[in-house]
Amino acid sequence: MFKALDENQGLFVLYGVTCRIAYFCSSNETFVSHMSQRVLLSAKEIHIILHRLACQLLENHLDFSNTVLIGLQPRGIYLARRLTELLQQEYKVRNVDLGSLDITFYRDDFRRGDKILEANQTKIDFLVENKKVVFIDDVLYTGRSIRAALTAVQSFGRPQEIELLTLIDRRFSRHLPIQPNYRGRQVDAINDEKVKVMWQENDGEDAVYLVSR
Amino acid sequence: MSELSVNHLLGIKYLNKKDIDLIFETADHFKEVINRSIKKVPTLRDITIANIFFENSTRTKLSFELAEKRLSADVINFSAGQSSLKKGETLIDTVNNILSMKVDMVVMRHPNPGAGIFLSKHVSAAIVNAGDGAHEHPTQALLDSYSIREKLSEVAGKNVVIVGDILHSRVALSNIFALKLQGANVKVCGPKTLIPKHIESLGVEVETNLIKALEWCDVANMLRVQNERMDISYFPTTREYTQQFGVTKSILQKLDKEIVIMHPGPINRGVEITSDVADSGQSIILNQVENGVAIRMAVIYLLASKIK
Repeated sequence: MFKALDENQGLFVLYGVTCRIAYFCSSNETFVSHMSQRVLLSAKEIHIILHRLACQLLENHLDFSNTVLIGLQPRGIYLARRLTELLQQEYKVRNVDLGSLDITFYRDDFRRGDKILEANQTKIDFLVENKKVVFIDDVLYTGRSIRAALTAVQSFGRPQEIELLTLIDRRFSRHLPIQPNYRGRQVDAINDEKVKVMWQENDGEDAVYLVSR
Repeated sequence: MSELSVNHLLGIKYLNKKDIDLIFETADHFKEVINRSIKKVPTLRDITIANIFFENSTRTKLSFELAEKRLSADVINFSAGQSSLKKGETLIDTVNNILSMKVDMVVMRHPNPGAGIFLSKHVSAAIVNAGDGAHEHPTQALLDSYSIREKLSEVAGKNVVIVGDILHSRVALSNIFALKLQGANVKVCGPKTLIPKHIESLGVEVETNLIKALEWCDVANMLRVQNERMDISYFPTTREYTQQFGVTKSILQKLDKEIVIMHPGPINRGVEITSDVADSGQSIILNQVENGVAIRMAVIYLLASKIK
């Protein structure tokens, strides 16, 4: 198993603050023999990054009186909820508006892939008109989801400005000129590798894995 | 990832329970979309849909057209009155001519039962049956069940009575299939002459006493008497029909519970239901119309996602 991991070692380079890669022999049930996965971020690192991102948001938006957070369905909502909790509980921001936006009907790959696109719930109980909107998603990859979200949010008004926060920024794989304003960790992964973000409340642990096939 | 088990929506008979659940879940999302300030999504911008109506329709045609436009599909409309049918063209020729203009989906209403099924075997587009004679009207049955689900939280186990002209009604047949599939109990009620023989074989009970039927049910779906499809007299006079099978406020007040009143439209006020019933808080007739757009968006979206 370690040998298989070693063969994949040359396939990616990790850029980041610490450049520390934890190799491990996975006991995770998703582990299949021809696949290997390694930890990009541990629970502790995620914890530190979430605090940093919350502080960066605070720096730019202070009391959030004119700012709304929008988590992108399906996976961005976990990060959005975590950040909202942090802002309210740790940093004593009184009122943070949090919504979720589903971009299924705005995607540009309808009928182009093999998989059927399944919709998720959109819940935006506030006006985005003239507000500062922060989109929150777990992984920024091609940028197409964000493109779709930019179109989708127009149905709810004309925001003053839109920013993007993402936990993982997959560099060099962008199809569109879209960059995050706040990023947790920048990663260089090749195309058939997959970045998997796990959340305690949904997946049983806080971790980010790089899965190679 | 789930998808419909069919490539065309020809009737409820060809669907399974999973299909109906998927259509309802998708409709929930579209209902949220059509209640936004901007009620349109760009999903079907590369799809062209032809609405071909060989029979009169107001609600269904408008509802389909609105659903298509809210999904950003290109829409062409065709009504039999203004067509070359009168010049002797066959159905397949008419539709194939329309399809050679690169149409991906056909929504068709036709006076002959099975017209949609026939068409689906001979042309390459996805077909949505918007009513074929006295056979099926699947989107109506879907929106009826969806409205019951919305009002009573689920369809399974509910008692539903369909009152009126069951014999000539495509709404009745599609509703029976849809309700039984979802585990509801169904009775039909009307003059014996307007209830088809052997309808019990579909798993429904016949009740000729309106009061008894209303006492039993949670939902009453009131159908119109389809005079235009009647070649002979099925009951003596409209007045007599109303006295036996018309629902009035005083009848509803005598029941020990508040039942839900539905009607697929068009209503003949004062015949099958009185105005004060149709406009009362018990009636979900206008909710049905609103849900119709969401259901049709869901059906079109799910079928379009299967077009390669």
